[in-house]
Amino acid sequence: MVKKIKGLMLEFMPYSEIKDLDSSERVRKILSVVLSNRIIILQGRLKPEEETRLIEDTMAMIEHIKGFKGIELAVIGQNGKSTPLFQKFTQSVAKALVGDTASMTVIGPASIVKDIKKDPRKIELMLKK
Amino acid sequence: MVSFLNRFVNKIFGGIFKKKKNVSLGFYGPPNAGKTSLANKICNDWIGEDLGTVSNIPHETREVQFKEKVEIKHKGKKMIFKLVDTPGIATKIDYEDFIKLGVNKKDAQKRAKEATQGIIDAIKWIEDMEAVVVVLDATKNPYSQVNITIIGNLAARKIPVLIVANKIDLRKAEIKKVKAAFPEYDVVGISAKTGENIEDFYESLFKLIR
Repeated sequence: MVKKIKGLMLEFMPYSEIKDLDSSERVRKILSVVLSNRIIILQGRLKPEEETRLIEDTMAMIEHIKGFKGIELAVIGQNGKSTPLFQKFTQSVAKALVGDTASMTVIGPASIVKDIKKDPRKIELMLKK
Repeated sequence: MVSFLNRFVNKIFGGIFKKKKNVSLGFYGPPNAGKTSLANKICNDWIGEDLGTVSNIPHETREVQFKEKVEIKHKGKKMIFKLVDTPGIATKIDYEDFIKLGVNKKDAQKRAKEATQGIIDAIKWIEDMEAVVVVLDATKNPYSQVNITIIGNLAARKIPVLIVANKIDLRKAEIKKVKAAFPEYDVVGISAKTGENIEDFYESLFKLIR
């Protein structure tokens, strides 16, 4: 039996939705969804500088938006794994052509998502009661 | 003849004893991993004083703090560092978490406000770093996205990274797990608190900055 959690809303964001946006627009789009108390399942991942920008903007928002406590963030993909040189090359070519769609990013408001436990290949969302 | 000899001696031995000038070495990582404890250990080893205060309550370091001209010697080599200790990077700050740890409401709110600004400052300082020691708590899950984001950002900027798996004096510490999470990096297990394996840390540090 699947238990429905009242008020929990997941939003799938295909990579095509952010593909043509610049870094600040991507971060702004993500935060606007999070601020409406939804959890984003993003196809692909942000660039490293966009991830830090997301953290910076999140911190700035905590100061200015009452009740906002930040975000929980997790990426499932090829993090930290050593890949053979040829595979690295083909991955970079694929990324350049269609973006990094091999990963998946989960971003949720900290007021709903207590923690995201992550192993390389699975994630577990710990929700607040 | 004397100047020739000077040049000869400098050429032969200059490389060995050459001092690297004030290398900006950042200490980055999540809150309560032991960044300030490690910076203090280094400062105490070489200049006999602390860099910052430490606490069990997260976000004790809420401002970037640094110590200039810390000369470290290792196996006949010397390097001079500017040690930059940064606030722990997190994706959320809730003042109520500090209240649960015994901080009164007013101070907790102040701490939260300063901590958010501290994280923004820590991120801004990354571009000024010549090398970074990422300090992780070896008793915690290394796959946290904050760790991956920090390391990914440093890699994108081509800043040399040394990963320290701290708190190996604790039974729950798992250096192997940290190594498995970041196989492309040199990971050294230490205890900043007890000084265990600190020589291995200096060895790795000197390998990092050639």
